Amino acid sequence: MNIIDIINVGLFAATLRMATPITLAALGGIFSERVGVVNIALEGMMLTSAFTGVAISYYTGNPWLGVLAAVAVGGLLGLIHAILTVTFKGNQIVSGTGINIFALGFTPYMSQIIWASRGASSSVNSIKAISIPILDDIPIIGEILGNQTPLVYVMIVLAFIAQFVLFKTPIGLRIRAVGEHPAAADTAGISVVRVKYLGVVVSGMLAGLGGVFLSLGQLSLFTWGMTGGRGFIALAAMIFGRWMPLGAFGASLMFGFADALQMRIQSLGLLPPQMVLMLPYILTIVALAGVVRKATPPSDYKPYDKG
Amino acid sequence: MTEMGEGGHREIGLSPRLLAEIRSGLMRMLPQVIAVVAAFIVGAVVLAVTGYDPVDAYAMMLRGAFGDIYGIGQTLTKATPIIFTALAFLFAMKSGLFNIGAEGQLVIGAFAAALVGISFDGLPALIHVPLALLAGALAGGAWGFIPAVLKAKLGAHEVITTMMLSYVATYLTSYMVNYPFKAPGWVAQTVPLDPSAQLPRILPPTQLSASFIIAIILVALTYIILQKTTLGYEVRASGLNPVAAESGGINVKRTMIIALVVSGAMAGLGGAGEVMGVHDRFIEGFSPGYGWDGLAVALVGGLHPVGVVIAAILFGALRSGGMTMTRVTHVPLDIVVILQSLVIIFVAAPMLIRYLLRWREHKG
Repeated sequence: MNIIDIINVGLFAATLRMATPITLAALGGIFSERVGVVNIALEGMMLTSAFTGVAISYYTGNPWLGVLAAVAVGGLLGLIHAILTVTFKGNQIVSGTGINIFALGFTPYMSQIIWASRGASSSVNSIKAISIPILDDIPIIGEILGNQTPLVYVMIVLAFIAQFVLFKTPIGLRIRAVGEHPAAADTAGISVVRVKYLGVVVSGMLAGLGGVFLSLGQLSLFTWGMTGGRGFIALAAMIFGRWMPLGAFGASLMFGFADALQMRIQSLGLLPPQMVLMLPYILTIVALAGVVRKATPPSDYKPYDKG
Repeated sequence: MTEMGEGGHREIGLSPRLLAEIRSGLMRMLPQVIAVVAAFIVGAVVLAVTGYDPVDAYAMMLRGAFGDIYGIGQTLTKATPIIFTALAFLFAMKSGLFNIGAEGQLVIGAFAAALVGISFDGLPALIHVPLALLAGALAGGAWGFIPAVLKAKLGAHEVITTMMLSYVATYLTSYMVNYPFKAPGWVAQTVPLDPSAQLPRILPPTQLSASFIIAIILVALTYIILQKTTLGYEVRASGLNPVAAESGGINVKRTMIIALVVSGAMAGLGGAGEVMGVHDRFIEGFSPGYGWDGLAVALVGGLHPVGVVIAAILFGALRSGGMTMTRVTHVPLDIVVILQSLVIIFVAAPMLIRYLLRWREHKG
């Protein structure tokens, strides 16, 4: 394989795969920030869920139960973040950091207990790729879209649903109102606290789905720190996409491409792996620096005090 | 006897004010103390649920951390880098910035110090040691400068950029010690530092080095800078209310850049101290997460330099006592990280602590 061979249909299929966890977590970030809560705990939620999915698949043999549990655990961590920041008006960054570090401690702790290794779990049943009959037969598109893990399709559908929900439905209007102008939303009879809880819990569930995609969709095991900062990259994708689900999806494709490219260059063995592994992080910084001046957050993220 | 009596008398004469001050200090620390206690209670539940005896585990931890001089020395050794990273987080925080990338700044500072330490053969220690420390501070400062400028000029959120740069630092130094600067053998590390660049051990046979003394000096310096200098005033004003500070004639953006550079330099200096005092070389993965420890310690220390020292010793004890605990009880060492995260979670919401206290009052 040489440099030209890297760019082929397989690269774009890999791009879509790599973009999946980032998109899902970015959607999570959007739901939280749209209700006025910064969620830098996406990373920890992803990691905890990636672990939970594998653990449940290990004990039950059913990877889909693992996915469900992962989403539930993501939602649970979201609930904790909401309790700390909405009800008790704690600092959102501090609470998020606490959850991130919790994941960093809890997952290897449990991994050590269950599999006697803090580095990696045993191999478990994972979500198998499916081929979609008609789509599969279309040339190029079929090769990119046709033979993916179901979670990839779920991700695409969720991005469109999230866009629709946020901008075309009454609940979406409430979500945005609570983030942009909580006092006005309150006056209009919206339960600000309840909507905030909803947004942050949904945020955790989406991040959880993104996390479990890494462990059960892409691989079939849990490894230490396997999210590798994707929760933070998702935050950058969210900002890059101006807090719009489809915008974040587009930005995630860009980060996914960097990730896919990075893996391919690595497989060539031309450069030391560390040099290549840095790329997605540097790209994130560059992308963030290039765009943020023009990006206005949808909220001032202050805890809401009812008069 | 008389002299001692007189001394005692003078002490008593001063004591009401002193006592009041200590009491108000303790009261201010109360939420943090309760957060630590609450974290240990939840940690005990985690231990019990996963089949370990929490009392046994905590007792072993305590014995390992403070049981003998060796334990105390190792506790202070582990506390040392945490003091640096905690001061780093504190200083940036005072200006209103969340520097969650202290881990990367520590690592890059450590590597820069190692580089100077293995170069310049035959330099006198009097020059070599400060030069290596300076290299560590400069590298850490540079790692703080990048997100600072991106924040001030472009508005890029420092939480994301400092975190991303942490990964870059980890991979960059990993590349350095796996390729160009790799010592012979299969461990990813540099060759040992020139003896002239090593910091003396101050409590043999423990690993406690002069880096601890530097850390304590830095604590005092941080206090003085923040409380007694114009820069400190500008940093605090920018953090408390940037709009008011700006209209009061303070260049907030410039202040933020300086604060984050100083912050990074502090973490970098801590990394240099590890390389020059504890390991005598740069080893890949030498930091078990001192950057995160620092964040927790700064918060538990109530963002006060003195509070930082106390909290750092607690977290150093977790790290050193944790090893004894793991050896004896086989509890996974990661319980230490869980405890640390629980402390942060409880510190995050002081209102939660107040709520829990009131609940207990009602109950009791």
